[in-house]
Amino acid sequence: MSFDAKYKAQDYNSVGTRPVRPDGVDKVTGRARYGADFNMPGQLVGRVLRSPHAHARIVSIDTSGAERLKGVKAVVTAADLPDLTNGDQTLFDILDNCMARSKAFYDGHAVAAVAAVDAKTAREALKRIEVEYEVLPHVIDVDEAVKPSAPVLRDDVFTGGVEPKPQTPSNIANRSEFGHGDVDEGFAEADVIVERSFRTEQTHQGYIEPHACVASMNPDGTADMWVCTQGHFVYRQNCADLLGLDVSKLRVTSSEIGGGFGGKTHVWMEPVALALSRKAGRPVKIVMSRNEVFRASGPTSATSIDVKIGAKKDGTITAAQATLRYSCGPYEDIWGEFGAKTSFACYGLKNVKSVGYEVLVNRPKAAAYRAPSAPMAAFAVESTIDELAQKIGLDSIEFRIKNAAKEGTRSSYGPVYGPIGIGPTLEAAQNHPHMKAPLGKNQGRGMACGFWFNFGGQTCTDLNIGSDGTATLAVGTVDVGGARASLSLVAAEELGIPYENVRAVVADTASLGYNDMTDGSRGTFSSSMATISAARNAVKVLRERAALTWDIPVEDVIWEDGCAKATDKKHGNLPPLTIADIAETAGKTGGPIAGHSELVADGAGVSFATHICDVEVDPETGATKILRYTVIQDAGKAVHPDYVEGQYQGGAAQGIGWALNEEYIYGEDGRLQNPGFLDYRIPVCSDLPMIDTQILEIPNPNHPYGVRGVGETSIVPPLAAIANAVSNAAGVRMTHIPMSPPRILAALEGESEG
Amino acid sequence: MAEVNLSAALAALADNERQIQIEAKDIRELFRKLEERYPGLEPVLKNDVAVAIDGVIYRDNWSKELPDDAEIFLMRRLTGG
Repeated sequence: MSFDAKYKAQDYNSVGTRPVRPDGVDKVTGRARYGADFNMPGQLVGRVLRSPHAHARIVSIDTSGAERLKGVKAVVTAADLPDLTNGDQTLFDILDNCMARSKAFYDGHAVAAVAAVDAKTAREALKRIEVEYEVLPHVIDVDEAVKPSAPVLRDDVFTGGVEPKPQTPSNIANRSEFGHGDVDEGFAEADVIVERSFRTEQTHQGYIEPHACVASMNPDGTADMWVCTQGHFVYRQNCADLLGLDVSKLRVTSSEIGGGFGGKTHVWMEPVALALSRKAGRPVKIVMSRNEVFRASGPTSATSIDVKIGAKKDGTITAAQATLRYSCGPYEDIWGEFGAKTSFACYGLKNVKSVGYEVLVNRPKAAAYRAPSAPMAAFAVESTIDELAQKIGLDSIEFRIKNAAKEGTRSSYGPVYGPIGIGPTLEAAQNHPHMKAPLGKNQGRGMACGFWFNFGGQTCTDLNIGSDGTATLAVGTVDVGGARASLSLVAAEELGIPYENVRAVVADTASLGYNDMTDGSRGTFSSSMATISAARNAVKVLRERAALTWDIPVEDVIWEDGCAKATDKKHGNLPPLTIADIAETAGKTGGPIAGHSELVADGAGVSFATHICDVEVDPETGATKILRYTVIQDAGKAVHPDYVEGQYQGGAAQGIGWALNEEYIYGEDGRLQNPGFLDYRIPVCSDLPMIDTQILEIPNPNHPYGVRGVGETSIVPPLAAIANAVSNAAGVRMTHIPMSPPRILAALEGESEG
Repeated sequence: MAEVNLSAALAALADNERQIQIEAKDIRELFRKLEERYPGLEPVLKNDVAVAIDGVIYRDNWSKELPDDAEIFLMRRLTGG
């Protein structure tokens, strides 16, 4: 990468304004094409047969009845998706999750699939597939799963991260530890210690659009896929690896996306659609039902967390430790490790220790959910911090400011921080009118901090100048939250042309070099960096063409206000050449004008936020109403402030649902009892107040405009902020998320009895 | 000379060394020298490790220069939502 990404202060014409997003009208009028809106001539309907058992050995699968049914064109099982993963355990786990091999590990695990001429035939075909299961004991609960008596899911998983290496398999796939100092010594110095255990239930990202794709495989080995995804290049790689395809022969086009939040970062049924298409010789479309989305895609971890924090009477924290157990579903992941890394990242601590465990359970494969693992850890730690502040008799914000991490602090996960933004978010909260607003009966206020890493990644962008001087921007990061508008603003800024003269599109995998997916709050951070680079390359060409036109050295041509201008007086009084003037004659000065960029956008920098929340708890019903909510977060530079605010509000809204209502409820049989939006209740507009936002702009030194990612951190503080508010309103410490009415009533009754 | 700090999981692949002194001009050279000294690290360095240089985390830019006396932390590669 030769592009200099260092921040340079400048005035902006386009960046920082709030124009209408280019995809907005299509989305509100129904013209936008989401995953399920794409169709091909001759396409078949794909349907997946799923295990009704939480844990079962697959003894046999007889597909002959389905294959004999008129209208059925293909039936596939794991035998049609052979293991080509070459020892890559992560990839094998994705394969096994797409189609169970020897065992079904959860209610909803795919075991077979059909492609038929219509949905009715496909449904009938699924009924004619006979699967013989040997039902096995199952374990759903994360605390139960770590007990020696629990049924062990996998005989090939031995706890990693411990010495000596265990000789027997375990549901604890890995242990990770972070920290420094001596916590025992620190606790000995403490005047007050608070120790609590917390639980959070499993939630789904709750994207409105279910997973959907159309796959078409040709006899010559080429293939196409149209799919709803956060990363079509990653889906291409996953599918090519799992089906043994040449990467470049599979073209993947991403649709509009109706939410992903981490749940659309790796494949689920897409390889199955390709396998069906390969067998049937026709395109195959699979659209998950809501039931399938809940049972077989992307929930986050359920957790069990123990926290202990000690402080002196002057408010100095002397020691902090946490043990965090995160459910992973049946496959090892790093969710507990992320919880351990992020748990104490907001604070400067002399003695700190956090231990994370990855726990296998008979639930769906856990996926990232916006700042994965951090919200649960923040709930446990920030609740304990609040209680400790109250016991010492300090204001909760003052206590946090006193102990907040700052430049030079050794983070709890290892490195020493450079310049960071937690202090400014806390000070903004302290000075915010929200903190001084009066509260009524049964009302309470809570606040909390949150941390997330953020990252960048591989990014490739093309910018093409049209013959009239307008520009087309082709990016490879899927637009999940207004990125096309933001990136158009960036291109307009660099070229010096109006926002309306730029059209940004998300290009397919055959049209651009590889792009990492839109995750890690990287979409606008990375693609804006690549857009600036591509635009500056295009401007270089524009200057060269102007120099040719004027027959003067290119060094004497500058680019300003969308025009080439001759700088040296010896060139006389040459009138500026506009971008349209230069584009119009491009065919005679060297051909099309374009700028390209491929780079690795690294140096995203860590991110902090502080949230404030007011609630009212009804002591008769246990119901909680959110009265007021404020999000304060550093954006570096808000390219399109509307969409920065949208990310802040969206994270808060999802966090409110997680905190108050959402949870996976399993029966004794290990089957999910609430796989639908009627029984799994996400917040609707009437549940939410207007969520206020305050954007701080502390430039990121590793981006030309100072941009930081903003997509994830906003979901980290809400669980804790709301729990603190509810605890203050109800007068009892809430330790179990969600704080649904029955749990609040039980806590109130327990308090009055206790 | 950079002081390279390894997470516990990575240290297990490097003779349980948590801190290593290495002369390297960029991440690529750092990884090459780590592989030479600790062959057990070779598989994870390919794609499973991120590098924090003075607190800023780099996942992919192996050309990133290591300033003199920089604090280097190796950790597992991040994923996000």
